[in-house]
Amino acid sequence: MGRYFLRKLVIYAVTFVVAVTIDWAIPHLMPGNPVLTLVGRIQIQDPRVAQALYHHYMRAFNLDLPIWKQYWYFWVSLFHGDLGTSILQFPTPVMTIIVHALPYTLALLVPAIVLSWYAGNKFGALAARRPVLDNSLLPFGYTLTATPYMWLGILLVWVLAVTWHLFPVGFAYDPTAQRAFTWPFISSLAYHWFLPFLSLFLVSFGGWAIGMRNMIIYELESDYAHYLEALGAPQRLIRRYAFRNAMLPQITGLALALGAIIGGALVTEIVFSYPGLGYQIYRAITNEDYFVIQGIFLFIIIGVLIANFIVDIVYLIVDPRTRIGMEGGR
Amino acid sequence: MSSSVPTAPLASPADPSQVEEPPIAAPTSGLHETLHFALRNKKLVFGLSMTSALLLFAIVGPFIAQHGPLAYTGKLSLAPTTKGGFWFGTTLLGQDVFSQFVTGLRLAFIVGVLGGGIAAIIGMVIGFTAGYRSGIVDEGLNMLTNVVLVIPTFALLLVIAAYLQVRGIMMEAVFIGITSWPWAARALRAQTFSLVSRDFVDMARLSGRSSRQIIFQEIAPNMSSYLFMMFILLFGGAILIAATLDFIGLGPSNTISLGMMMQLSVQNAALQLHLWWWFLPPGLAIMALVGSLYVMNVGLDEVFNPKLREL
Repeated sequence: MGRYFLRKLVIYAVTFVVAVTIDWAIPHLMPGNPVLTLVGRIQIQDPRVAQALYHHYMRAFNLDLPIWKQYWYFWVSLFHGDLGTSILQFPTPVMTIIVHALPYTLALLVPAIVLSWYAGNKFGALAARRPVLDNSLLPFGYTLTATPYMWLGILLVWVLAVTWHLFPVGFAYDPTAQRAFTWPFISSLAYHWFLPFLSLFLVSFGGWAIGMRNMIIYELESDYAHYLEALGAPQRLIRRYAFRNAMLPQITGLALALGAIIGGALVTEIVFSYPGLGYQIYRAITNEDYFVIQGIFLFIIIGVLIANFIVDIVYLIVDPRTRIGMEGGR
Repeated sequence: MSSSVPTAPLASPADPSQVEEPPIAAPTSGLHETLHFALRNKKLVFGLSMTSALLLFAIVGPFIAQHGPLAYTGKLSLAPTTKGGFWFGTTLLGQDVFSQFVTGLRLAFIVGVLGGGIAAIIGMVIGFTAGYRSGIVDEGLNMLTNVVLVIPTFALLLVIAAYLQVRGIMMEAVFIGITSWPWAARALRAQTFSLVSRDFVDMARLSGRSSRQIIFQEIAPNMSSYLFMMFILLFGGAILIAATLDFIGLGPSNTISLGMMMQLSVQNAALQLHLWWWFLPPGLAIMALVGSLYVMNVGLDEVFNPKLREL
């Protein structure tokens, strides 16, 4: 068990270092100078003032130091929680922007991931080898997984919000509402949260349902299932065994799917003008606010690593073979 | 070891990596049998004809479009009409939606084939090598695969694309290709692993073939169906990733893609103005294309894997 975790931790540590290094290196490898953009944005007439400001910012961002020192300082400031300053919303620190946006993204992502995974597995298992249900779930599921996240969002906004006025068009809450821990405000939050959540949930649901359905079919065709059948075991028992075995790849799949779902959440937020990380990154990209983009990238990395670690622990609990295998037993 | 556990990426609905033992390729007379099952498989026929129809549309479309995809025609927010060639109407800015749509569809195919192809090649090289050679090479490649697997590659693409001043469709495809291979490499490694210990591989080794010959002449042909299905999934995945990137505003800078059409329609309040002809076609096309690819994949799985054939 210890070796298992050690191995995983090494992978995560390497991943983190690689990711941070890439995050640091990209701006240095790319043509263009963000400080020039920043100085250009302020629109100073006098070239001498611009020159002075340029040098000031070069020093402020440590860009005048040797390259290895810059890399070292990047790590130092990273561990101090300093991700730089936003250019668009100067002088707000990137960290502040992220901390304000993060709850919205998490509120969308976590329920969407957990519920779609759970519901998808249940429905998929139910549909496998049951022609009537299968024939409706399969096309439905494939249509959903093939749908681009933002397009489902666009569709939901257009039909349910713009045309039928059932839901708000976007934003996290009613702008006229008082921001307080009161019932009207919380209900406003929930009301605005529902459509983006639904759109994320539906696309992921299709993938999980189909994955589970296929996995169960493979399991039902395996030797142990046939053996149980030959013994005259009830269908329910065989299905329960199949479900448990089919579950394992779905858990691993969860870790693998995280990146795609996060990408989906980012674009869903853009469609709904939902003020999470995706919306911030969109604003940052359209305004060339690079520090925000880099900071959000780091946050996504950290989030994905934590989520992967949780999945590992769950896998260890669910699959006894991993535990025994890791302890060197047979 | 966790790496021995078969994994199912979300993007692979009919995940072929769940087959424990790749079926040994049928002798040549099996081709006839495969074709027999292929033509009778409704999913495969449906997926294939849908994909072909869209491909035909993507090839022919730009030639019959009467306006350039980015040209301003002076007609604003026109609903679909037969007059003047505005079959899909115009945007709020007076651009021909039909022309944009077919151009975007063509780009989707290019990104899919290139991005999926690059990912498949990298996945094959790494998967075969790691599965065939054990020891330090396998460990190293495994580490690389795991690291790229854990990195949220979409976020990585965001940062890279954001820093590029001029973005082209080729560059986008290459970046998608070099970030989306890990699950394929992992699945191929497991498959190769199970084939390496078979007698015919030992035989080939005894007869003095080089490793490369063994991999490409003995091992790879035995999973040709699997490789093809893998490519299809990577193809569909690349299209979805490209659409997402384009929607965030990181698409190619000198043309228009389906994702950019959706971005521009949202940005210009097409939803509030009910300009449905602008934002419905691009998403619908992606859904139809990727969906038919997935359905085709299931059909192929059923054709190649007798266990799944519906009797």
